[in-house]
Parts: sequence; structure tokens; C-alpha cells
Amino acid sequence: MNIKKHIAVSESGVLFNGSTGDSFSVNPIAAEILEMIKSNLPEEEMKIKISDKYDVTPERLDGDLYDFLAHLRQLNLVEVDE
Amino acid sequence: MSKQELTIAVTALNAIDNPGPGVGVIRSLRACEDFDLKIVGVSYETMEPGVYMHDLVDISYQVPYPSAGSDQLLNRLLYIHSVEKLDFIIPNFDAELRNFIKIAPTLRQHGIQTLLPDADMITTIDKMHLFEFCEKNDLSTPKTWYINSIDEIEKLEDEFEYPVFVKGSFYEAYKVVNHGQIVAYFNKLSAKWGLPVIIQEMVQGTEIDIAGLGDGKGNLIGAIPMRKLFITDSGKGWSGVVLEDTSLIEISRKFAEVTKWRGGFELEFMRSEDNKLMLLEVNPRFPAWIYLTVAAEQNLPAAAIKLGMNLPVTPYDKYISGKMFVRYAWELITDITEFQKFSTQGVLSREETPLKIQQKK
Repeated sequence: MNIKKHIAVSESGVLFNGSTGDSFSVNPIAAEILEMIKSNLPEEEMKIKISDKYDVTPERLDGDLYDFLAHLRQLNLVEVDE
Repeated sequence: MSKQELTIAVTALNAIDNPGPGVGVIRSLRACEDFDLKIVGVSYETMEPGVYMHDLVDISYQVPYPSAGSDQLLNRLLYIHSVEKLDFIIPNFDAELRNFIKIAPTLRQHGIQTLLPDADMITTIDKMHLFEFCEKNDLSTPKTWYINSIDEIEKLEDEFEYPVFVKGSFYEAYKVVNHGQIVAYFNKLSAKWGLPVIIQEMVQGTEIDIAGLGDGKGNLIGAIPMRKLFITDSGKGWSGVVLEDTSLIEISRKFAEVTKWRGGFELEFMRSEDNKLMLLEVNPRFPAWIYLTVAAEQNLPAAAIKLGMNLPVTPYDKYISGKMFVRYAWELITDITEFQKFSTQGVLSREETPLKIQQKK
């Protein structure tokens, strides 16, 4: 999964879609996940990094990460590798 | 390289809540490092703010209203030319454009250049012909009906769903939600602007405008797409951001090609929720937000001057997205004597400013 090329992510955690002009603010953990996506980190490694850093059950992490990535896809902000 | 000295006249200095493009055009020209400019403001009203903006406008002259006709305008401009030695005129009001097109050959004989579309080009894309233009050129536009009597409304009501827009044949548009409103606005608009009255399907979505420049030979010199981020009650964009979207540039290129557009233009689109671009309106001039194109690294007004002066112009092939404008209102302080001078003598110069209030801390 990659962030689309016309999407800019600011240090303050705001996504700007240069194609539509839409802006989205994200919370600090979401900003960290976006950084991981930008670094081409596989989803399984994302989970390891997050669970190492935060007190979260595997079930909760699976569910929340799935929802967040689905939301990014729904908003057309990422492209999924074939 | 030395800068080219030019004296350029600019109209539409009405930088009010529904602003004309003049002040934005002047800011853009001032930002061009190739020119050493004297700006001559051309104003219809004594309260056009640009008249009093002495940091942008060197001298302003009042001219007769467009309704006075092209001869009156020509006489006044030739007088201004006798004093100021104009090199170029950029008209920025829709209502004055046909007068300027008519007198452009005479202006040229006097050494004053313009860059204007033909009268036929303007007719092709005006409100009365836009639907036909879009059909012919495979562009999407909301369904449009032209009606000449109230009786036609009832027959049409099977074809559309409320709300729809009711538009005058020249200006004004209202959103209506029922039969009673449509009849009321039909009467109001037909009385004011004549027949037909236009009924247009309403499309939900985001408003996207493009400022562009054509060379009159079918080439696009530059185009900047902008999404309106904040819209006032009267429908004017108060904030906007430059978009990165090649499809919008391609539409601009197609527009310049099929119309062989000469000069500045603005394309107003609605991007529907299913991502379809609907052309709502074409304005035959630069928009009021034209200075944003300079921030996006395409100085379209400066390129227009170069085209009109037969100076070399390289079409822009890139721009910067993400540049944003937020319009603002503030009170420019002047002295009543400036207003008195302009309203009685029809001319106001930067040198003659009686008070230096603006420089005081």
C-alpha cells in the first residue's frame, strides 16, 4: 500500500489531497501509521511496531488498523499494490 | 536584461465583496520582473477601491458607463492616451467587453494593444449558448431549458426535479424549490433581463474554477485549477486552493483549441459526487482570484501582455499545487478630498494624494 502521489502529509498530521483540495486531520497514532505507509512497511510489521510502543490487545489493533486502512482506501488516499 | 517600460490601463478596480478582477490583475503584473510599469486605473464608479490604492495604481481616470456606448468610451480612452501614452489596455468586466472589442482596431491604430476574444467567441460560450457549446464539444453541463412563457414551466416540470436554478439571460441566478418560486423568479428575471429565462438542473458537488490564457491560435498558454474552499452567501469564492489535476488542464487545453480563445478566461465547473465535471459557466476574462496563478508560478496576466505586445511567450507546462488564497476585507483610509477630486475631475494621481495617512504609524 502506498500513499497516492498527489497526497501531501504535513508534520502536523494533516493530509492534503492535491487533486480534490480535501484536507483531513489525523491523530498522532494515525500520523505514525501514515509515516509507516510512506516507508513501505508491510502491514504485519506495522502491527509489531505499534504493539511494541502502545498497550493494545492484538484484537483491538487488528480491528482499528483494518478500519483505518479501509478508511484511507475509501477516501481514495492510498493505492494498493497488486 | 533591462526591464521593459510599459503603461498599462486596467479596468474593474471594484475590489469589493463581489470583486472585479482589476486589482488582482494589477498585483500580478506588478509581480512580473520583466516590466517597469505605470498602471493607469480605468474606473466607472468613484468608489472603486482600486482608485485609492496608490501603491498599486499610479493614476486613475473615470470613464463613461458601458451603456453610453463604444464611441464615448473610445473618446475618453483616446484622451487618456494623449496624456498617459498607453501601451496596453486590459478590460476585465463582462459588460464592457463588447465595447472594447469594437474599438480595439482603432486603439491599435493609436498604438494601444489589447488581447481580446472575438465577439463571436463570446457569443458561443455565453449563457444562452453554453449548453449547445458543451453538446457540440462533448463536455458535460447541467441540463438546461430556455423558456419564454410561464405556460412552458408546467410542461417542463415533468422533466426536472426541484431544486433547480432560474437564471436571467444575462445576470442573476436563484435556487428555487417549488412551482410558486419558479414563477415568481421567472417574472422578476424576465422583467429585468428579458427573455428567455434559463432553467438549469442543480448539481451537487464541489466547485472548481480554472483561470486560463489562450493565444488565439488554439494554444493554451497556461491554466490553473482552483477549488473553492469557502463560498459567501452570494456564491463568491472567499478562499480556494490550487489543485493538481491533469484532467482539468486537458479540458482547458481543449477549450482553448476548439474556441481558438484569445486572452484570459475562467471556466467554472461543478464536480459532482460521482466525480463528473460539469461546466457551469465560462467567463471571457480573468477571474478576481487571478493573483493565485502567480503564487502557483504561472503569471497569466503578464503572459497576456507579452502575447498582445508580440513579445516571446513560452507556454507554461507546470505549476505548483497546494497554494491557497483567503480573501480579506479591510478599510483603506483616504481623505474626502481624494474622493472629491476624482468625482469632480475624473482623475486621481498617486502624486496628488493630499494626505499621507496610510504611511502614518
